[in-house]
Amino acid sequence: MATSIQNNGVAASKTNTQPLWLLAEVTYRCPLHCAFCYNPTDYDKHTQNELSTEQWLGALRDARKLGALQLGISGGEPLLRDDIEDIVGEAGQLGYYSNLITSGVGLTEKRIAEFKRGGLDHIQLSMHDITEEINNFITNTRTFELKKKVAAMIKGHGYPMVLNVVIHRYNIGHIKEILEMAEALGADYVELANTQYYGWSLVNRSQLMPTKEQIDQAEAITNEFRKKIGNKMKIYFVVPDYFSDRPKKCMNGWGEVFMIVTANGDVLPCHSARVLPNMQFPNLKENGLKWVWEDSPAFNKYRGDSWLKEPCRTCPEKEKDLGGCRCQAFLLTGDAESADPVCSLSPNHHVITAAIDNAKKPFFQEQPIIFRNDKNSRKIIDGELKDRVADFHALP
Amino acid sequence: MSTTSDSLVSSVSFADVYALARHYRFQWEEAQQCYVLLFPEGMVKLNGGAGEVLKRIDGEKNVGEIFAELETAFPGVPDLKSDVIAMIELALEKAWIEKRG
Repeated sequence: MATSIQNNGVAASKTNTQPLWLLAEVTYRCPLHCAFCYNPTDYDKHTQNELSTEQWLGALRDARKLGALQLGISGGEPLLRDDIEDIVGEAGQLGYYSNLITSGVGLTEKRIAEFKRGGLDHIQLSMHDITEEINNFITNTRTFELKKKVAAMIKGHGYPMVLNVVIHRYNIGHIKEILEMAEALGADYVELANTQYYGWSLVNRSQLMPTKEQIDQAEAITNEFRKKIGNKMKIYFVVPDYFSDRPKKCMNGWGEVFMIVTANGDVLPCHSARVLPNMQFPNLKENGLKWVWEDSPAFNKYRGDSWLKEPCRTCPEKEKDLGGCRCQAFLLTGDAESADPVCSLSPNHHVITAAIDNAKKPFFQEQPIIFRNDKNSRKIIDGELKDRVADFHALP
Repeated sequence: MSTTSDSLVSSVSFADVYALARHYRFQWEEAQQCYVLLFPEGMVKLNGGAGEVLKRIDGEKNVGEIFAELETAFPGVPDLKSDVIAMIELALEKAWIEKRG
């Protein structure tokens, strides 16, 4: 009777794809320096040429015409721009269900009231841990007290409280306490997002990756808590793909339902697509979004399943995952068109098991974390951290 | 219908009043030509029948009144009553709607 489209999984028919989810990564600037950030490690290249307010409003109008419904306003930290009020207002007028994805830094009573007037539907706040020590360590900032204040402000304005907690080795032992904190803050939704290894989190993979036992325990605790709390607080436990036998259906299929407009106007089918070699992504300063979605070579490149190689091409499960994630396939095997190595049927699956093993070795754990900041981004652009990056994945 | 519509005991009665759950939005989508339900981190496209039921769940009309409206709007539909009840049960189970009275 109803097609359920929950938690970023959307069922859309192939013949009639629409960019139902639009993610606006309005800036890559960020006051936080999270070690697990999925933003591109070379983001510093894209901080000087951000789209103007008018360009963003135009993008919202065009995407809405294509069928976009859910809007995420993200970054970096979106609140570093002073025109989020304009973007929110336009989204409200256009009938988007809009979501501000924020660290909370820069949210004031004045701004939140303006967002409410403009029709913003919800605010997703990132939280990191129950301890000030780990919050401040992993984000490389002193933001613990501020986040609690912002949580109260969100609640005070009648917004649904959506907490996003990225899970990694440093906080996975505190799942129960994190859920209790969420309950105490009056959270309506909690997303326990196990780190996925792209961007900065791939660079820091061995420092961040928990053990299989820790994941299993965290999931058991989550299930237990879910039973206790019922419908009052919805908890999503996003299973980390390294620990499954089969890959995720990344973005629910390339060019199926997601469209991401980045700070400089590049339009991507997934957050990290720019790591793929020999691809040219369209930019909305030069191309209309309708052409981008329907006709651009980039959005058609991995649409559907006709491009699949073996072992995926003849796999009876291919429709379930469409071969997994292109970026992960490229980052870990050097071939963007190969099966996602997370799959136990992939000939490259050993790179995943090796990563899980390496995560237990003190040698890797002791290496310093490379925090997401402008200085480190420039170092990566200049090739300075090449050895370190190469050590952490299996590029040939 | 994905829920059993012929169960003898239903949790839904004609006197019940339901409303859309807090933070949920229900709207017609021109591009999709269907009603959708929007909420944090998700959306649901509704087929014609489901949309017609949810459209009438407004925190004021009770289930009996909704059923009567649908009967008038769609005369001659077989099993309409069990379809309406099953839809409401599904919506309750998914926490799309809340009981008001």
